[in-house]
Amino acid sequence: MAPSRDAVLARLLELIQPFNAKAVPLAEDTRFADDLEFDSLTVMDLVANMEDEWDINVPLNLLPDLETIGQVADAIVKLKAGA
Amino acid sequence: MTDLLAKFDSIRAEYDFLKGTGLSDPFGVVMERVLSPTRAIIRGRETILVGTYNYMGMTFDPDVIAAGKAAMDTFGAGSTGSRVLNGTFATHVAVEQALKDFYGTSSAIVFSTGYQANLGMVSTLAGKDDVILLDADSHASIYDGCKLGHAEVVRFRHNDAADLEKRLRRVPAGKGKLVILEGVYSMLGDVAPLRDLVAVSKAAGAMVLVDEAHAMGFFGPHGRGVYEEQGLEDQVDFVVGTFSKSVGTVGGFAVSNHPHFEILRLVCNPYRFTASLPPVVAASAEASIRKLMTATDKRARLWAASRRLHASLKGAGFRMATETPESAIIAVLMPTQEECVIMWSALLDQGIYCNLSRPPATPMGVYLLRCSLSSEHSLDDVDEITRRFVAARAATQALAA
Repeated sequence: MAPSRDAVLARLLELIQPFNAKAVPLAEDTRFADDLEFDSLTVMDLVANMEDEWDINVPLNLLPDLETIGQVADAIVKLKAGA
Repeated sequence: MTDLLAKFDSIRAEYDFLKGTGLSDPFGVVMERVLSPTRAIIRGRETILVGTYNYMGMTFDPDVIAAGKAAMDTFGAGSTGSRVLNGTFATHVAVEQALKDFYGTSSAIVFSTGYQANLGMVSTLAGKDDVILLDADSHASIYDGCKLGHAEVVRFRHNDAADLEKRLRRVPAGKGKLVILEGVYSMLGDVAPLRDLVAVSKAAGAMVLVDEAHAMGFFGPHGRGVYEEQGLEDQVDFVVGTFSKSVGTVGGFAVSNHPHFEILRLVCNPYRFTASLPPVVAASAEASIRKLMTATDKRARLWAASRRLHASLKGAGFRMATETPESAIIAVLMPTQEECVIMWSALLDQGIYCNLSRPPATPMGVYLLRCSLSSEHSLDDVDEITRRFVAARAATQALAA
């Protein structure tokens, strides 16, 4: 069964936390580049962890459109439903 | 009006700061004269070149130069045209034949640069219903090929066959799959475990492309690359390479035994919408490739020099990017950007040119002083390089104290 969006978001926040070096408060509208200041290497690690957590492939082509935590949660739910 | 160059302000500020320190500009080196594959005049001073990828020292080979001169006299300075229009000369056909002979393949296609070879192969092989799986540490030309094409792109952890296998398993049934690997990764100089990576790729029904740019001439019984050394010639579908390293000129290529490989000439934009190589380059490359087929002495000298540099720098207390010398790229890890630039500049003052490499070109955010050896470096050269590394380190420590 596909996980609920709430469950995805909760787990996503846990996955982001180890990379959140500046302890920025995390919310749906937190932006990866502007608020969390993630560089491309951090994004790479986080994406790989997300892929393994939900057993999905997150295509690189999607990444430019995923600016906020909420958008990533939506994308995971969608990828999980399609898998 | 929005200044379109303003988006580069932070990089510009960083670069201006670097130039303001009085250190040499690592991205502004000018070779005033080139004396040999291992020596050039930089800032009026004879410098040992240890960062040119001139692995087999072919740039000044007399036969290579003679072949180029003859082609220049016969065919003129340039082709002024695409390979599929007026830009295929006898020299281009001859260099493709030399590649087929070197690799033992039924087809070879030459591109105008190695960058374009990857751009063309990656963007054309995988279409919109296909999935590309690429190693996270892939060269920029491979990433750019992904951007140019329409396939879905999935990245796997560097040299990790289990990670690749998981991602292959998640690709929906019925999709075409292209796995992209490199024999030698050019930043750290590490060699890929191609046997494992290719095995999981083939088990999943994927086609495999291996970029052997940094292995041509000195890996495998025929010098074809890491894939040959690891016994994968009947497993790898496409091999990409370059003329700008071991061959000693410029250009790129792909070779394959696929019966329909030649169709790419008609559908690959980075192949057909650019001018072909100048005949002087094609003829030089052909002469060089033919000599590389039997260059066993050069190969032995290159390996001896690479092993000796790794051992001596390690012995002198430098932190090496690989535990053992895996290729002809011997990279030294530096703790910070600042220390890396200062050391690089001190090395140039000592008459040593190596590459300064930094993120995003490097993996894991590391800063590197990257050396690449040539068959024309004598063992005395290697000892001299190490002595100058030690002297440069002493100079930077005196500066810091």
